[in-house]
Amino acid sequence: MSIRVEGIFKQFGTFTALDDVTLDFPKGELVALLGPSGCGKTTLLRIIAGLETADRGRILFDGADASDRHVRERQVGFVFQHYALFRHMSVFENVAFGLRVKPRARRPSEAEIRRKVMELLDLVQLAWLADRSPAQLSGGQRQRIALARALAVEPQVLLLDEPFGALDAKVRKELRRWLRQLHDDLHITSIFVTHDQEEALELADRVVLMNRGQVEQLGSPREVYAEPASEFVFGFLGSANRIEGEVRNGRLAVPGTDIALPVAADGARQVTAYIRPHELAIARGEGDGIPATVRRVLELGPLARVEFVTSAGQGYEAEIPRSELAGLALQPGEAVRLVPRTLRLFPRDAA
Amino acid sequence: MAGNAASLARKGETRFEHRSATRDPLIVRVLVLTVALGFFAIFLLLPLVVVFAEALRKGFETYWAALVDPDAQSAIRLTLLAAAIAVPLNLVFGVSAAWAIAKYQFRGKAFLTTLIDLPFSVSPVIAGLIYVLVFGAQGWFGPWLRENDIRVIFAVPGIVLATVFVTFPFIARELIPLMEQQGSEEEEAAIVLGASGWQTFWRVTLPNIKWGLLYGVILCNARAMGEFGAVSVVSGHVRGETNTMPLHVEILYNEYQFAAAFAVASLLALLALLTIALKSLVEWRSGRTQSREDAP
Repeated sequence: MSIRVEGIFKQFGTFTALDDVTLDFPKGELVALLGPSGCGKTTLLRIIAGLETADRGRILFDGADASDRHVRERQVGFVFQHYALFRHMSVFENVAFGLRVKPRARRPSEAEIRRKVMELLDLVQLAWLADRSPAQLSGGQRQRIALARALAVEPQVLLLDEPFGALDAKVRKELRRWLRQLHDDLHITSIFVTHDQEEALELADRVVLMNRGQVEQLGSPREVYAEPASEFVFGFLGSANRIEGEVRNGRLAVPGTDIALPVAADGARQVTAYIRPHELAIARGEGDGIPATVRRVLELGPLARVEFVTSAGQGYEAEIPRSELAGLALQPGEAVRLVPRTLRLFPRDAA
Repeated sequence: MAGNAASLARKGETRFEHRSATRDPLIVRVLVLTVALGFFAIFLLLPLVVVFAEALRKGFETYWAALVDPDAQSAIRLTLLAAAIAVPLNLVFGVSAAWAIAKYQFRGKAFLTTLIDLPFSVSPVIAGLIYVLVFGAQGWFGPWLRENDIRVIFAVPGIVLATVFVTFPFIARELIPLMEQQGSEEEEAAIVLGASGWQTFWRVTLPNIKWGLLYGVILCNARAMGEFGAVSVVSGHVRGETNTMPLHVEILYNEYQFAAAFAVASLLALLALLTIALKSLVEWRSGRTQSREDAP
């Protein structure tokens, strides 16, 4: 089922959670709503589910207006951040719940329910836990049961609210891969909310970046990462060095010095420049670049992270391969030049 | 919950006691224990023993006679009736009030919460007087009630009203923190899965609050049967008609029928013991389910 939200506006008291949001979620895709906390992503998800009502705007399911349809009739599956499993029921009964509460005419027989539930438990690979109570499961297992429970009613749409938010890093990574595989098998239109950019970029077909109740950018993970549409998107997706400066005669004037611009820019204007840590080269001796001193060298994994500080007190961060670090043999306190291989400029208001 | 916290505390105590670094000198421990146990014995245990001793002093025959006396029988029936009406009413009120306060946001919520506590903060005698002023012969509805030949004050309806008022907070107070702590995510999950409001209540909400609810009902019932002040004001003390057990005890005592007074009092004391036993059982059960649910 495809979903369209149109001109959604929602206020909580004086706080505007969603400000005129219009989005399309194509059938069968896995879409991430990504943004910092308070950006309205969870509110949007809950409005689509029907757990919250928009002040203005429409929700369309397959082109039909579903704004006034009751949650119960929307045929959505919802997965909560804190699982919301029924604590007094066994795992089996949790998954069976959606089938047992169906009106008698549409309720499957006991044998049918049993078959269906075991099938779902097999799907989430937890059939051996059927008789346990939710309290006896780990976080990752609970979330998989919550997913099985949501799938039991054969939803047309699957909505996941920070599904891995309460799990530790390792389990999160495993479940992420598992969820992607599950989606590739089932192809249910799915929307998940996250504030973890890595999760969104790795898992989703498309990413919707939200900030302060508005959509900042919509695109494939590659698009939003490589061509961020706004300063916010650049800053939110991956770490970045941010410098305020001024473009003058094709060079960038920053506090203390000015450097050659690796990208074309004309005219004179106030800008904010963003440089990814891996796009910052480290050089010694005389030449172009931002003078800085090495503050700390962190060798973690295949990439080493080096922190610098300029005489003006601004901090920089560079990521270089371990092999390159060995060649450079940087010492803390050493003076170097930082040369951006590429950077992105965003105009800054004169104010 | 309380039971769970208690069992945790117990574990801590043993550890605390066995460590020499945290152990107090023997004399201090003996002193503290003596004071606590002595106080307990004099103020709590002794009265209980006296009630039963006095009740049975003139033999079991007198005891039994006091209980089967028609006026005593009528008082017992009235007490049971008042409790049988007040407890179910407060069960419904309490659950709806707690539900509204814990799961919804609305204007005047703080006011409603305060209002629920009113019967706790108002003296029961005042509560009784309020009903006399409203429903009594000289009260607001007095003339109208008289015209329609309805008796509220100095009659059974007044006693029931006073009992309902006094016992109102018990169930709601017990449920509100419990329901607030549980939040409404499970209910939301149930509704998304297609459950109706009724199914959600019976299958999700009620099982989650059942121990707290039972606990509230037990306390509410104990108070309903034991209430004296408010009921005394509205009852009029008509023997065999508007006397509840606590009022009957007072009348017998004032008439120097000590054995009979203590005999009826012993029934109330038994009720209190039963209540405590039930309460501990519920705490123990809910503590057990709770700790099973909290286990990782």
